[in-house]
Amino acid sequence: MTTSTATARAAAPASPRRAGRSTTTGHHAYLFVAPFLVCFVLLFLLPLAYAAYLSLFKDQLVGGTVFVGLDNYTRALQDSLLLHGVLRVGLFFLIQVPVMMLIALVAALAIDSGLLRASRVFRLGLFVPYAVPSVVAALMWGYLYGPDFGPLAQLGDRLGFTAPNLLGDTWMLASLGNIVTWEFAGYNMIILYAALRSVPAERYEAAAVDGAGAWRIAWHLKLPALRPALLLCLIFSVIGSFQLFAEPNLVQRLAPTVVNSSYTPNVYAYSLAFTSQQVNYAAAVSFLLGFVILVVSYVMLFLTSRGSRR
Amino acid sequence: MTTISRGPAASGRTVSHSTASAHQPVRRRPRRPTKSNLLTLAMCALLVYFLFPLFWLTIAATKNTGDLFSTFGLWFGNDFSLFTNIGQTFTHNGGEYTRWMANTLVYAAVSAVGASALATFAGYGFARYTFRGRGPLLGLVLGTIMVPTTALAIPTYLLFSQAGLVNTPWAIILPSLVSPFGLFLMWVYARDAVSDSVLEAARIDGAGELAIFFRVVLRSLAPGFVTVLLFTLVATWNNYFLPLIMLNDPSYYPITVGLSSWSAQAVGGNGSNADLLALVVTGSLLSVLPLIAAFLMLQRYWQSGLSAGAVKE
Repeated sequence: MTTSTATARAAAPASPRRAGRSTTTGHHAYLFVAPFLVCFVLLFLLPLAYAAYLSLFKDQLVGGTVFVGLDNYTRALQDSLLLHGVLRVGLFFLIQVPVMMLIALVAALAIDSGLLRASRVFRLGLFVPYAVPSVVAALMWGYLYGPDFGPLAQLGDRLGFTAPNLLGDTWMLASLGNIVTWEFAGYNMIILYAALRSVPAERYEAAAVDGAGAWRIAWHLKLPALRPALLLCLIFSVIGSFQLFAEPNLVQRLAPTVVNSSYTPNVYAYSLAFTSQQVNYAAAVSFLLGFVILVVSYVMLFLTSRGSRR
Repeated sequence: MTTISRGPAASGRTVSHSTASAHQPVRRRPRRPTKSNLLTLAMCALLVYFLFPLFWLTIAATKNTGDLFSTFGLWFGNDFSLFTNIGQTFTHNGGEYTRWMANTLVYAAVSAVGASALATFAGYGFARYTFRGRGPLLGLVLGTIMVPTTALAIPTYLLFSQAGLVNTPWAIILPSLVSPFGLFLMWVYARDAVSDSVLEAARIDGAGELAIFFRVVLRSLAPGFVTVLLFTLVATWNNYFLPLIMLNDPSYYPITVGLSSWSAQAVGGNGSNADLLALVVTGSLLSVLPLIAAFLMLQRYWQSGLSAGAVKE
């Protein structure tokens, strides 16, 4: 890292006063943290509070908006459309995330191993999809899957076989999983690779001197060093999976009967708020979704921290 | 970073090449005498998968709508229409694509600069000062990293529609200014990259806290700052859900919502709308290029910034 400029100036004589920073008067600190915290309260906490307030009401045809307590939440918990959406993204998470993380991990280890030719090309090439907006990714893959001018269907036509309908009911979730994997595997790879780079090389050198091969070094030294980074990637993937929206929203147009308005919880919340105008209920659904994500994230944290103590 | 080895390096006799990386400042790797062809080949397959859709997109952008349907997707069509397509993309319907591109640039630039400035200030404040309420405040902010942005989007919409901010550029920019993850990254970065003795020396010289920050600290925080900048830039550039719910007026659309609305018109569209398909494809390609360029040019910064965030927790 570029701390060299800082350390070069550190040659000044050390002050006899210890712990200079902790005795610094506090109000300077507020100067630094206040702008962020003000925005945080106004744009993060306040919307949540307002939506929490709204979720306790109901807009009725007769009598207007009335206070209904937790009715919206009990309704949501019994809403089979929402439940199916949550189960669907749960299944998506269980399959797509391991596949993506495995690709990211293998790629990061391969690039870090020093065994590759032109490893730079791979590092950047795999990362490129991250710079592609999810809208563009979904459009692209949607066209690629499609029966009209998708290369797969074209190949099938020429060679005389029928390509599977990737936008049909059977394949849809896998097709969406492929889009998300394509978008984010490289991003996760870069995070893992960055973590690998910061492990001191001496540790590997010592192991290599002891005769350990690249595979053993990867398994016994590198993988344990990757724990925090893997956890970070995993938590982001929980969030990404459960709030899936752009991809199904765009693919919906190509396959309106397969991807319905409650396909994922977020698609459902969107259609509740903006198609059927049930704002109060949509607020409750948003909250429950956020809550599910928090719970799953903390369960992952708990499981992994328990695993590390063994 | 590992250097690309060139030459007839088919067998294991490529020892001399690895000396080329001797000047690399980050860290020296133990010399690895052999490169693996098998591993390189396997990674090539992976690379093909990741670049294949973009290859298709590039080819498709050179075709008119007729060729898109009638010619094979992975090779050029009968007419080379790339420049016609680009021209039409920028001028279609009164140049609305140009407008969306400009909107996206403004939203992304303002949000990214604002968010990374706020995160850098606050990250430094949390890392380098003790003050009343520091622990709980930091805990509160970091605890919200896991609150998904889309779960926040509908609540923000509800609040903004009360405040009359819906369907204005502020509806996109303001929510993007708060990045708890950016704060986390800068907090970690400021703890490590700024040395105590530098701060003390500057204080003994009588410099004010703000002057110290701008003259001394900011330089060592630069890689972290650029990392947060780039990632907020991408997040805003790629944002779809928020602008979709916040904006009705197409003249405020960012490129994502604009392309989505074009593709909705092109799907199943006959007559004049069918031609829109070529423009959706070309517009998609054009929207991808700026970010790829930004990442390639700034890779030195974000890679070192990321390694700080990825390792420590």
